[in-house]
Amino acid sequence: MAKTIIPIGPYHPLQEEPEFFILTVEGETVVDIDLRIGYNHRGIEKLCEQQTYDQVTFVVERVCGICSTSHPFAYTQAVEDILSIEAPPRAQYIRTIIAEGERLHSHLLWLGLAGHFLGYNTIFMWAWKLREEILDVMEILSGNRNNYAMFKVGGVLRDIKKEDIPTVQKKVDSIVPTLKKLRSAVMDDPVLHARTKGIGVLSREAAIDYCAVGPTARASGVARDIRKNSPYGVYDQVDWNMVVTENGDVFDKVLVRLGEMFESVKIITACLSQLPEGEIDCHITEVPPGEGIGHIEAPRGECFHYVRSDGTNRPERHKIRAPTFMNLPTFKKTVIGGKIPDTVITLAAIDPCYCCTERMTVQDLKGQKLYTGEDLIRLSQEKTDQIIAEMRR
Amino acid sequence: MRLLEKVFLKSLWVFHLATGSCNNCDIEILDCLTPRHDIERFGMLLTGSIKHADVLMVTGAVNRQCIPRIKRVYEQMPKPRLVVAIGECALSRGVFMQSYNCPMPLDHVIPVDVYIPGCPPRPEAIMAGLLKLIERRKENRAETGRENDSR
Repeated sequence: MAKTIIPIGPYHPLQEEPEFFILTVEGETVVDIDLRIGYNHRGIEKLCEQQTYDQVTFVVERVCGICSTSHPFAYTQAVEDILSIEAPPRAQYIRTIIAEGERLHSHLLWLGLAGHFLGYNTIFMWAWKLREEILDVMEILSGNRNNYAMFKVGGVLRDIKKEDIPTVQKKVDSIVPTLKKLRSAVMDDPVLHARTKGIGVLSREAAIDYCAVGPTARASGVARDIRKNSPYGVYDQVDWNMVVTENGDVFDKVLVRLGEMFESVKIITACLSQLPEGEIDCHITEVPPGEGIGHIEAPRGECFHYVRSDGTNRPERHKIRAPTFMNLPTFKKTVIGGKIPDTVITLAAIDPCYCCTERMTVQDLKGQKLYTGEDLIRLSQEKTDQIIAEMRR
Repeated sequence: MRLLEKVFLKSLWVFHLATGSCNNCDIEILDCLTPRHDIERFGMLLTGSIKHADVLMVTGAVNRQCIPRIKRVYEQMPKPRLVVAIGECALSRGVFMQSYNCPMPLDHVIPVDVYIPGCPPRPEAIMAGLLKLIERRKENRAETGRENDSR
């Protein structure tokens, strides 16, 4: 059968962000997928090297609007690793509360979008209505709806007021019944089962081979969660469970995220009740030469920051590895062999976040040759010619 | 033409274009559609195709790869057309001002009618901006007694 190429993007109604997929299909079956990114590249790593340590916190916050806690969290951990200090306990609790609030709103956002892609606009509206409650909580705690600006090397910028805690607790508790309703809507609906079960399966072996992270890996039975494996914040001081499922299809990815939301509520409740008194900042003045890493579990998986310091007030090198960067290649396993209509939900299932991922990477598969800019342009033109020739065939 | 203008302002269809944004403004635009804010009560609808759109909402620090694409999208829009720049990045590039990949703010690429500042702007601010856009067009028409120049 003749091959057809379906381009998706860069601006496409199904995507919030610009990215370009090239699907090669035979009839209804997808036989190959290719991906072009770069529509979101803003040169953040270079930008970070021009800013002072305090300013970088706000730049990395704007790596991604949805993970606007994860990146500063990982970055402050990396700098604290250079300094070999830990933030005061109260600051650690506040950081954990903010990080879990972000996980709640991010998973709700994904659940809504997934429902929308499957044609369940009710789920979209319900999930996003519920998300507003979380954003209210974040606004009470930090003063902002999205970019919280709570983090600082060595502590947090704002304290949680005592009189706010009952309101926050009440709001967080109030979302549990609706969450349960959403869960039963997903569990009981036969159409949803038919649409997501056995679709886009990522086996346990493939998840390990492709180094998948976060809910994408946990849905495939890989029990890997930075919060448990290498605890940071106060995740080792509160009681919570890692959610792991076995099948690795889209349905299981939904289940993992739904389960994690209940765990997040549990963590926030525990943190609010255990919140200790004390300092929230340890007043850093200088960063000595050295290098440090910080890794945390963002809503989409492991978020990794590396900072090298040369003793000045600016980082000498700052490297960011966002979770989607690791999860994107799993498309090769999940999408190929599926049908075109299932592609949309499979692509959405890893909760891709391209603005996080757009770190420039040039790699030769054989590791023998380095490509210059001209080479890349030539290769890209050849590829275009090839695609056109293939389409004419 | 007068009828067109009247109909035009009654129901603005909106197309959303992300040009290297951090997602926050995009999420806040989507938030406008959801039950708490519900922008559809003003007759506005998020459309999937630029050829059906009256308003182009642009977010993000315009990066090199996006500049030719923004121009192409803008040229495909039917007239009369309006452009709204949302968020600090589209207005002035915000924290990305020194970046090597963000050479110019949005209004150097295409003409902009309304600027909505904020990082990100709240959904209320986005709605207020769009309503202001409608109001101003109506006022202009009443004052001058003739149609706005529709680019």
